[in-house]
Amino acid sequence: MNTAAGLGVEKVHVWRGARHVLKGVSLTLAPGQLLHVAGPNGSGKTTLLRVVCGLLRPESGTVSWGGRPISSVRADYQANLAFASHEAALKADLTALENLHFAVGLKRRASLQDLRRSLERTGVAECSDLPARVLSAGQRRRVAMARVLAMEAALWLLDEPFTNLDAAGTELFAGLLRCHVEGGGAALVVAHHELKPGLEMRRLELAP
Amino acid sequence: MTVGALAAFALLLRRELRLSFRRPDQLLQPLVFFLIVTTLFPLGLSLQLSLLRDMSPGVLWVAALLSSLLSLDSLFKGDADDGTLEQLALCGQELALIVVAKTLAHWLVSGAALVLVSPVVGTALGIPPAAFATMMLSLGLGTLTLSWLGAIGAALTVGLKRGSVLLSLIVLPLAMPLLIFGAGATDRAISGSSALGALYFLGSLCVFTCTLAPFAATIALRITLE
Repeated sequence: MNTAAGLGVEKVHVWRGARHVLKGVSLTLAPGQLLHVAGPNGSGKTTLLRVVCGLLRPESGTVSWGGRPISSVRADYQANLAFASHEAALKADLTALENLHFAVGLKRRASLQDLRRSLERTGVAECSDLPARVLSAGQRRRVAMARVLAMEAALWLLDEPFTNLDAAGTELFAGLLRCHVEGGGAALVVAHHELKPGLEMRRLELAP
Repeated sequence: MTVGALAAFALLLRRELRLSFRRPDQLLQPLVFFLIVTTLFPLGLSLQLSLLRDMSPGVLWVAALLSSLLSLDSLFKGDADDGTLEQLALCGQELALIVVAKTLAHWLVSGAALVLVSPVVGTALGIPPAAFATMMLSLGLGTLTLSWLGAIGAALTVGLKRGSVLLSLIVLPLAMPLLIFGAGATDRAISGSSALGALYFLGSLCVFTCTLAPFAATIALRITLE
């Protein structure tokens, strides 16, 4: 079912206590594709993303990368993915640039210029030497997106990336997504509102 | 280009130390606690130097254990609360490597700092300077062991709202051998006899925990991440 390179999720079931959150979800995502996961609150969008990341192990079903289960290619898979949770995941006491340095530096060798450039691309270059504590929610979201950019990963897994963004920011992020996908990257975006990246996109609707 | 384990370890250590030094208040709190608790004892006891000297190893060690516990709670909690723990877990490095780096950094700013101020406390408690070397060595081994034990406890309780009491309940019983042999070593050094036996035992406990605790803490952390 799944393509040789890319992500495959097959018949994933997740129970949270007595609640059956994911009921046999399957999806595929090949390089150069964008998948929008939608659904009402509580339909398991974030849970699905955590399963795809490998943070949460499903009760049954498999998640595969390049045709192999992610548990057997963990290091390779993680090196190829960039995850942005619904939190910005920044250390309040570190500057935006330091946050990027310590997060991206564990994944790949990135120069400070690289990191500054990705902060510029998300429009928060002026915040790079400010502690994350003083940034607004929208600015924090942009720094988190800069971290995704700087990781130069093949697979983006984004959880509600448009929260707290202004209109210009929403447009900017849509452009970045388009750029990533057109450059051969894959992206799985969880969002409860419509995406308008201006390119072909598939949609997976999760039932509550 | 991926990052090697050693480079990642160094980067993680730098991250932890920088975070600690950005919060000097949290860095100093356990040390001040240690100093205050140990100075309270002489004030509460009668003014007999011999009595104080007999009790000083126990007082020193109990205070050291409790003050080390104070900061253990935040070992993984800070990262779990702001979401950076997930980022670390997905960074492509082994989770055990992250646990080891975080625990070592924690020991450097808590345990090692405590060892450095212990001569001051020792003087206040009437411990002869000749016993300082043994006291500091035993405290160093003991606090490092406690950090490893605490890493397991902290990983288990990271998902709980008020986990610090539970953390103490998990860690303190396991720390009893540390107290017995640590205070024993200090006591022997004060009376001038050889403390080697107790120090060897502390050393072996330290090796035992630092080889096994990272794996236990990693498993616990993986469960709490789910």
